[in-house]
Amino acid sequence: MIARLNVLFSRAADSDLWYSFRRSPGAIISAIVTLVIVAGALLAHVVAPHNPFDLASLNIMDANTPPAWNPEGSPDFLLGTDDQGRDVLSAILYGSRVSLLVGVASVAFSMVLGVSLGLISGYAGGRVDSIIMRIADVQLSFPAILIALLIDGVARGLLPRDMHDELAVYVLVFAIGISGWVQYARTVRGSTLVERNKEYVQAAKLIGIGPVTILRRHILPNVMGPVLVIATIHLAVAIITEATLSFLGVGVPPTAPSLGTLIRIGNSYLFSGMWWISIFPGIALVALVLSVNLLGDWLRDALNPKLR
Amino acid sequence: MALLDIEAIRIEFPSRRGTRTAVDGVSLSLNKGEILGVVGESGAGKSTIGNAVIGLLEAPGRLAGGEVRLEGKRIDALPAPEQRKVRGRRIGMIFQDPLTSLDPLQTVENQLVETMQVHLDLTHAQAQQRAVDLLRQVGIDQPELRAKQYPHQFSGGMRQRVVIALALCCEPEVIIADEPTTALDVSIQAQILDLLRKLCKEKQVGMIIITHDMGVIADVTDRVAVLYRGKLVEQGPTAKILGNPDHPYTRSLISAVPRPDIKLRRFPLVTYIEDVRTPAAPMDIATHWLGQRRDFASRHAEGAPLVQAQDLGMQFVLRNAFLKRNRRTLDAVRGVTLEIAEGEVFGLVGESGSGKSTVARLISGLYTPSSGSVHFDGTNLTQLRGEKALNPFRRQIQMVFQDPYSSVNPRMRVLDIVAEPIRFHRLADSEAQVRRIVGDLLDVVGLGAQAAQRFPHEFSGGQRQRICIARALATRPRFLICDEPTSALDVSIQAQILNLLKDLQEQLRLTMLFISHDLPVIRQMCDRVGVMRHGQLLEVADTETLFERPEHEYTRHLLGLMPRLQVMSNAGLDIESTVTPLAQAARS
Repeated sequence: MIARLNVLFSRAADSDLWYSFRRSPGAIISAIVTLVIVAGALLAHVVAPHNPFDLASLNIMDANTPPAWNPEGSPDFLLGTDDQGRDVLSAILYGSRVSLLVGVASVAFSMVLGVSLGLISGYAGGRVDSIIMRIADVQLSFPAILIALLIDGVARGLLPRDMHDELAVYVLVFAIGISGWVQYARTVRGSTLVERNKEYVQAAKLIGIGPVTILRRHILPNVMGPVLVIATIHLAVAIITEATLSFLGVGVPPTAPSLGTLIRIGNSYLFSGMWWISIFPGIALVALVLSVNLLGDWLRDALNPKLR
Repeated sequence: MALLDIEAIRIEFPSRRGTRTAVDGVSLSLNKGEILGVVGESGAGKSTIGNAVIGLLEAPGRLAGGEVRLEGKRIDALPAPEQRKVRGRRIGMIFQDPLTSLDPLQTVENQLVETMQVHLDLTHAQAQQRAVDLLRQVGIDQPELRAKQYPHQFSGGMRQRVVIALALCCEPEVIIADEPTTALDVSIQAQILDLLRKLCKEKQVGMIIITHDMGVIADVTDRVAVLYRGKLVEQGPTAKILGNPDHPYTRSLISAVPRPDIKLRRFPLVTYIEDVRTPAAPMDIATHWLGQRRDFASRHAEGAPLVQAQDLGMQFVLRNAFLKRNRRTLDAVRGVTLEIAEGEVFGLVGESGSGKSTVARLISGLYTPSSGSVHFDGTNLTQLRGEKALNPFRRQIQMVFQDPYSSVNPRMRVLDIVAEPIRFHRLADSEAQVRRIVGDLLDVVGLGAQAAQRFPHEFSGGQRQRICIARALATRPRFLICDEPTSALDVSIQAQILNLLKDLQEQLRLTMLFISHDLPVIRQMCDRVGVMRHGQLLEVADTETLFERPEHEYTRHLLGLMPRLQVMSNAGLDIESTVTPLAQAARS
């Protein structure tokens, strides 16, 4: 087992991808920033100085404290507090957790849906292909955020009010996920059209292997390269979409705020001089999205043999 | 003083894993009106030399030593603008693929005129006139009309003529032709080679032809240089090199070339080629898993053919439409009827687009025929519906494909590739047995059992083709279809693969359908041959009969186009029969 891991490790260290990574400072910085934010989010309950959701620990007297370096600030609250006395730093750490969770889950949902439909579309061809691709075309003619808003609105109408807050995260994941599958489906369909005519697929057919196994065992591993690149870039988009929806007030409830919700809460105080409530979550969001995006760009270039 | 002197050049490709020397101390010289052939197998560095001479080395390649002199003046160290004046003006280039060496958005005339106006002091009208003259010289009918056309309106051979016109348009002193006929059919190849030879002698141009094809070398060159792994092993007059080579590499290379006039029992084992192991202990295949329990209860009567194709037809839809009359279809195969007896090797030969691969895919069941039927062992396969009914036959019919790079899944280990059919059809009792069988199979095809743990990209083209053969054998098939199994390989590796297929066919008593565009290869492998053209089967005959007394005119035409290789040395060959094909004798 250990020997096997060792082999895997030395192969990874020797790979072209690692070589290209070590030589692009942008990718290294982005990776570090992403790692710091992800680690902070995952370990929020350990590293955060306060628990912003523990109502008993909140003191309304602490409300609207400016950041620590401000003469009126308190060393207890490094980045200040919001209107209810919650520590902004802790809220950001817990908020990134929600943002990342929704982002990763909706990307996974989009990816599974899009890759499956793309595989089926490309391999089956004919009428099935036409139907799936026309649906994709129709969906592409609406902005993704509009679809997400629509689904969220419908869900609000259908679900009882008290249930809604509990289910908000799932609805959000579904709404963002459904609005993003088209890109995966189109890319995978294109690669599948190329792969299915290759002779190794014909050899598998001659053995008698059925279409599902051919797709899973032979074609899927060979079309995943570009999908991983799209997924990385899409993660940034999904986080932004979630923040937008939360900012508009249709996302996660204020009791379990994401970065977008925090920005919305601070937005109403922005012009009364309490800028820290909004700006710090904003910076965290920008840093996260930008670094994920840059990583995605680097991955795309590194995997594209023409740009090497 | 020679026209072009290449002196001890060394070309290096530095990379992060160390520097690779592609060409090492090669010296060549070329005289006016002379055709010099540069021959070698893939990776020998022959194209790299051509590119270095005209200054088109691809980064990060660099000329690390030696000199290139044109009429005594060094051209390799010139600054870029000076080099551009040499390129195209004094040295012309002909590339392999006529499809990609012309600009699809420019008329043929524009491309010629543009090149001439860059290098020569001509008015537009003069250049246009010259363009038409050039097209006439390279044998294009109605040059005034054709000059206004775009490259896609020309066929492959005609396009290559345009490329030749483009290389000639500035009256260069030297032309470098890099595999000028490799992408073309044999009949067009012969015409292009004749044209090159004629132009070279008329205009007293020195020409370097870079090729892997001994037929081309024998047909047109005056002198030959043989390259092996970046080094020049031998150089001399063509007849001398082919007939009486000094260097052992040249000898082994020549003995591996399939000959139209000789049928060999086996190709002599050639040294100097990629490493192939022989099985540690030679195994008796007949008593091994591979040879026994072949459990196909023969349904057909004794002596009846194993495979019967009746009136096969296949239409491809070119343009789909709702109404049937608006659909455009292409008849890839029409009315093909053939029978293959048990244990026989049946060859199909024809030029590209003749439908031979389609016939293979129809018989194997990859395509469903538009009309006609395929009978295997007395069962009509065309009437079977669903995978369940077909599965027993899937096992008995296997195929080896042309392209060794796309015919194995790059993400799977060799073990899983070869084991897939065994596991799928549950041919072994346990996983341990599967592994043992895969190891033995890899031994049989000469890769060694250790290959199982590796991935396909660690193997060369010939080795991958061995993996494909192992996979095809893993179902213990009765009928093996080989679709151009060696056309993507070098000759010495082709010789090995053909030997392997011959041995396996004899030991396992396989029935085989062997498809090739290469008549000499067909002659080495097949008992009977069918000739195809435009989707129809023109003639079927015993191989020897076909080569001696072809009935159909097209067959005679094809035979006449085979390279004349009688000059080649027969030393060390295991000859089964010699017949000089009739049509060929008539030509020479």
